[in-house]
Amino acid sequence: MEFFLQLLVNGICVGLLYGISAMGFVMIFKASSVLNFAHGELLALGAFFFLSLVTWGKLPIAASFILTLVGCFILGFLIEKFFLRPLIGEKLIFVIMLTVGLAAMFKGLILLIWGGNLHTYPEFLPESLELNLGAIYVAPVYSASLVIGVIFLVLFGLFFKKSSQGIFMRSVADNQKAALSLGVNVRRVFALSWAIAAMVACMSGIVLGIINGVNVHDLSAIGLKVFPVVILGGLDSIGGAIIAGIIIGLLETFTGGYLSPSLRDVVPYIVLVFILMVKPYGLFGLVEIERV
Amino acid sequence: MKKLSFHPCGNYRENYAQELAIFDTWFGRVCLGVFLAVLFGVAPFMLSPYLLYILNTIGILAIGAIGLNILIGYTGQISLGHGAFFGVGAYAAAILATRLDVPFYLSIPAAGAITAMVGMVIGIPSGRLKGLYLTIATLAGQFIIEYVLIQWESLTRGTMGITLPAPKIFNWTIAGDQAFFFFIFICLVLTTWFAVNIMRSKYGRAFIAIRDNDRAAEGMGIPIFKYKILAFAISSFYAGFAGALWAYYMVSITTEPFNLGLSVEFIAMVIIGGMGNIPGAILGATFITLLNEALRFVTGILMNVGMITSMGLNIAPLREFVFGLAIVLFILLEPKGIAELWRILRSNFRLWPFSY
Repeated sequence: MEFFLQLLVNGICVGLLYGISAMGFVMIFKASSVLNFAHGELLALGAFFFLSLVTWGKLPIAASFILTLVGCFILGFLIEKFFLRPLIGEKLIFVIMLTVGLAAMFKGLILLIWGGNLHTYPEFLPESLELNLGAIYVAPVYSASLVIGVIFLVLFGLFFKKSSQGIFMRSVADNQKAALSLGVNVRRVFALSWAIAAMVACMSGIVLGIINGVNVHDLSAIGLKVFPVVILGGLDSIGGAIIAGIIIGLLETFTGGYLSPSLRDVVPYIVLVFILMVKPYGLFGLVEIERV
Repeated sequence: MKKLSFHPCGNYRENYAQELAIFDTWFGRVCLGVFLAVLFGVAPFMLSPYLLYILNTIGILAIGAIGLNILIGYTGQISLGHGAFFGVGAYAAAILATRLDVPFYLSIPAAGAITAMVGMVIGIPSGRLKGLYLTIATLAGQFIIEYVLIQWESLTRGTMGITLPAPKIFNWTIAGDQAFFFFIFICLVLTTWFAVNIMRSKYGRAFIAIRDNDRAAEGMGIPIFKYKILAFAISSFYAGFAGALWAYYMVSITTEPFNLGLSVEFIAMVIIGGMGNIPGAILGATFITLLNEALRFVTGILMNVGMITSMGLNIAPLREFVFGLAIVLFILLEPKGIAELWRILRSNFRLWPFSY
């Protein structure tokens, strides 16, 4: 029973991380229908920016966190401007392969600058976040990530519901042409959504880096793990991504705990195929209906 | 024999036979003949083993790329599992050759057929899904196949790898780069010939119709699910065939190379070469292989420059960066690939000095 509970808690923690990492991915898809294969590299970039600012720049944690977010915001903006804008209206495969190419470029750059070794952040989380419920132990980083996840979820919920830019973004996601004809600046919305998504991605990268250490290969692997999560949750649902992340995380830890550790990494993809066959738009995704 | 003529300035085709013709002029036919004669008559005897090795790699990858081009370029179904299919072919050939002592001239086509069956299974989601959902499904296929190859140890020997016997026909053993050159390039010519011709047939036209508009194709009476599965089968047959050749050429195989990176490289070949263009796939395979080798060469040189190593910089990731950059630049600047560049070059000559 203890083992079960520990797995349950671990699964929820890992799943929450998946959910948080999937948020940026979903935002990009929601606004511009781009399947971002460079997501893992964006996570890694954020984590490494933060690492450099903290360890090399010796800046205080809060300042480097904000600087990283700003840097990633600009980065996302530039990616959209130089790489994805020329491809609006192009075939799907070009857009997909462009993000794959970007992923290779970023990965090469990161390896070139920071190398492929595992880096760690200095300890800075307060001990009071540690949870010790009898036999179950939750590390402070996990509770911190829970807090950050909830904060961002609420912030984005408010942003999409209340702010005019958020409403513009939703309108573009819903129907590009109609939004355009009603005077929404679609270009700005695309640029903004990439910028925000990159920011969210780098925030998730930092959280992942705090927990597992910063390593390009691990983080880009998580970029691929995002696919089962977003398909299960629905490609355009942020809340769905969090819930699906938890489901996938639970699935992984339980498979790893009870069946076999090697099956752990492949189980999300088996589930992915199954969901695609049964319910391709996921739990909370918008069902696209094609009419001739 | 076509009459002695240049390319016309416009489209003056009057019947279907002209539309289907592979060579517009006799000149193209002669050029191809001369090229093949040089390729088979001169190249294997003049080139160093290293250059032959590169050529052989190009030949093998080109077969795989042609297969993927049939799927992506002609049928419009994006598959991220081609690298895994390549691996399935390699393992099928290796297992047939080592466990059942099947001679190579049977095991290679059999490996292709087995991979075609696997490809059909991975292609089943295409009945319900299309576009990016199908892409994600094939991505899952890639990971699942990779997992099976590593974990089914009783059959694939897991991470230990399998060593293949040398291919042998009537006391004659194919070994060494030169013998393999003939073997691989005869296979490449045959598979290219088959691919070019299947695209001129009813099946090829159905594929193209599905790519251009699947609903309209269905309305015209094309059973799209059947044809999509067929496209998956043909494409993975090519991948398996190439994988089997690769397994024999490399002598020993492990699961390592058949990862997502290989799938991405295959798609890069198709895009850089030119989608929906069979010679383009060969050009793309050539480009990617040469790029890989050139980058390996350059990073090798840079590693030995004292200053850089003393600065503690690792140059190896430069390869990954340049590979990504090549994909990005081709997509942004010339999405139709090298085949289109070649066409522009040719038409510049043809129209000279009045190019528009």
